[in-house]
Amino acid sequence: MNIAVCVKPVPDPKFYDKITINPETKLLERNKIPMAINPSDKNAIEAAMRLKELLGAKVILISMAPPEAKEVLKEGLAMGIDEAYLLSDRAFAGADTYATAKTLAAGLNKIGLFDLILTGSESVDGGTSHVPSQLGEMMGMPHLNHVMAVETEGDILKIKTKIENGYMLYEGLPPMVLGVSKEINTPRYVSLMGVVKAQGKPFTVWGLNDLQLNADDVGLAGSLTQPGSLRTPPIDRKVEMLDGDIEEKAEKILKILYAAGVLN
Amino acid sequence: MLKFSEQQEQLRKVVRDFVEKEIATIASKIDQEDTCPVELLRMTAQLGYNGVFVPECYQGVGLGYTERAIILEEIARHSAGFALALMTHHLGVYAILTWGNEEQKQKYLPKLCSGSIAGLAVTEPGGGSDFAGMKSTGELVDGYWVLNGRKCFITNSHCADINIVVVRTGEDEKGRPRMSVFVIDENTPGCKPGRKEKKTGLKGSDMGDVILDNVKVPASNLIGKPGDGAKIGLGTISEVGRSGMAAIGLGILRACLEDSVKFAKERIIYGRPLAKLTNIQFIIAQNRTDYEAGRLLTYNAVGIKDAGLPCVPEISIAKYFTTEAAINTAKRTIDLMGGYGVICDYPVDRYLRDAVASIPSGGTSYVMQIIIAGSALS
Repeated sequence: MNIAVCVKPVPDPKFYDKITINPETKLLERNKIPMAINPSDKNAIEAAMRLKELLGAKVILISMAPPEAKEVLKEGLAMGIDEAYLLSDRAFAGADTYATAKTLAAGLNKIGLFDLILTGSESVDGGTSHVPSQLGEMMGMPHLNHVMAVETEGDILKIKTKIENGYMLYEGLPPMVLGVSKEINTPRYVSLMGVVKAQGKPFTVWGLNDLQLNADDVGLAGSLTQPGSLRTPPIDRKVEMLDGDIEEKAEKILKILYAAGVLN
Repeated sequence: MLKFSEQQEQLRKVVRDFVEKEIATIASKIDQEDTCPVELLRMTAQLGYNGVFVPECYQGVGLGYTERAIILEEIARHSAGFALALMTHHLGVYAILTWGNEEQKQKYLPKLCSGSIAGLAVTEPGGGSDFAGMKSTGELVDGYWVLNGRKCFITNSHCADINIVVVRTGEDEKGRPRMSVFVIDENTPGCKPGRKEKKTGLKGSDMGDVILDNVKVPASNLIGKPGDGAKIGLGTISEVGRSGMAAIGLGILRACLEDSVKFAKERIIYGRPLAKLTNIQFIIAQNRTDYEAGRLLTYNAVGIKDAGLPCVPEISIAKYFTTEAAINTAKRTIDLMGGYGVICDYPVDRYLRDAVASIPSGGTSYVMQIIIAGSALS
């Protein structure tokens, strides 16, 4: 079995209080805080590793990201992934989900054929959940998102996806693209030996020319959507002293919370 | 400039990830309950921490003492007590790795890398650094060594599976005590934990007596040669014990620095963050300076150890500086936090207790100064 895991480096959730948005480009200023593997992409890596351990598989990791993402992606190698591919080129900058999926699809097609392509169901920075479906369409594969369990029965994949108030069960044959949600597993901790072994694993970097794409197809130029007006909400502290007895104060607090939209 | 390799940086990142999820969340509970979370030591074994400097042929990771210091700093950032338990396990591992014969290495190191816990029992009621005053004995009877005595202030006393003990096995031709080292297998009759001490800090690592009551071990359990006890005991403590304590002190220093910065930025007083006050900035500056100095001293010292060069003075300096600085930094951080500094909802009082308890571990600051001065004056 050949499995690919698509990974997105995102601003480390531990530093969310330090995230800023460039007022001109409307993009996150990613270089100002450390990057980490998108949390649900880690679940995708873990799902791939479990299938590898169960069935035997070659697992590769692929990402479209700036060159600095190399260290972040090595964590995937340390978790047990066999090889990593970083698609990195200035032309890829500013890509929306469509252009991202297109670039990833070009990279995956260049690498070879896959039985399973796994992604996280959504990124914690963009949060659109577009890429798994877009990738499936571009790769010509069936695709499911918000996958919370994958089991195998012979060649058949039995898949459970999350829906509001329940789940759906699917059965299908590979190849397919699955966007996994955090419920699917708990990603393993990286062992020190994993870190050591990761240093010697193949790590390939491809640019625009390697993927035989046009500059107009990728990055901001190839994006079908553009960020609209983004702003950082003011987070000011305010102190207001309330008068009255305890019931009056409680009533005032409720009014304030309703007015602020905390309660509705 | 201190610069870690890419691999070391990644190692720190993955260790931090583990520590923040599995240790930071229970650090306060570990301190309050004052019991060693043995299950955590089994987990760290699976991740390679317990055998970080053991070669791969003995199922270790094959890294060095810099990586070990990184692990201990990261753990001590949140739980210096648990870091001490792992640090002490490393002492037993080091003694076997460095002075054990091939058969002993093959027998014990894979176990100690994969979850069995080691302890090193040297100190006795008469003192720790006074090897010659040791009273525990080992007698060769019918091809077996019979060990008797009481060891005290032994970390991992109540959770170690495999104990390394130093005992008196006779006298040399000049009448000086001949010390020897033995490894005691798990569940060996007569070897048992005794009184458990209640410490000021570094709670979460067991510390107490190890009782040797006619403990019978085969001659093959002797590590090194008869009479190698002082060399093995002191060699282990002076290089691996004290460098471990330096890394633990460094973790406490970082905890104080990070918590003082966070508090100073968040606490609003007179309508603005505490951090805007100059006197608070002085505290932050002192905390940062102590951490940076400790970091340079500690990683320089373990770097020398990794290079295979003599490192005892440098390690003593690092241990002396970081543990003393940790006390001062924790005290300053408490001062900075005012009333919040002394309530148990904040961990800074634990940092101070841990820092105080780290002074005697591996030799007091006075012993460190004697070593440092001896090196400078030689």
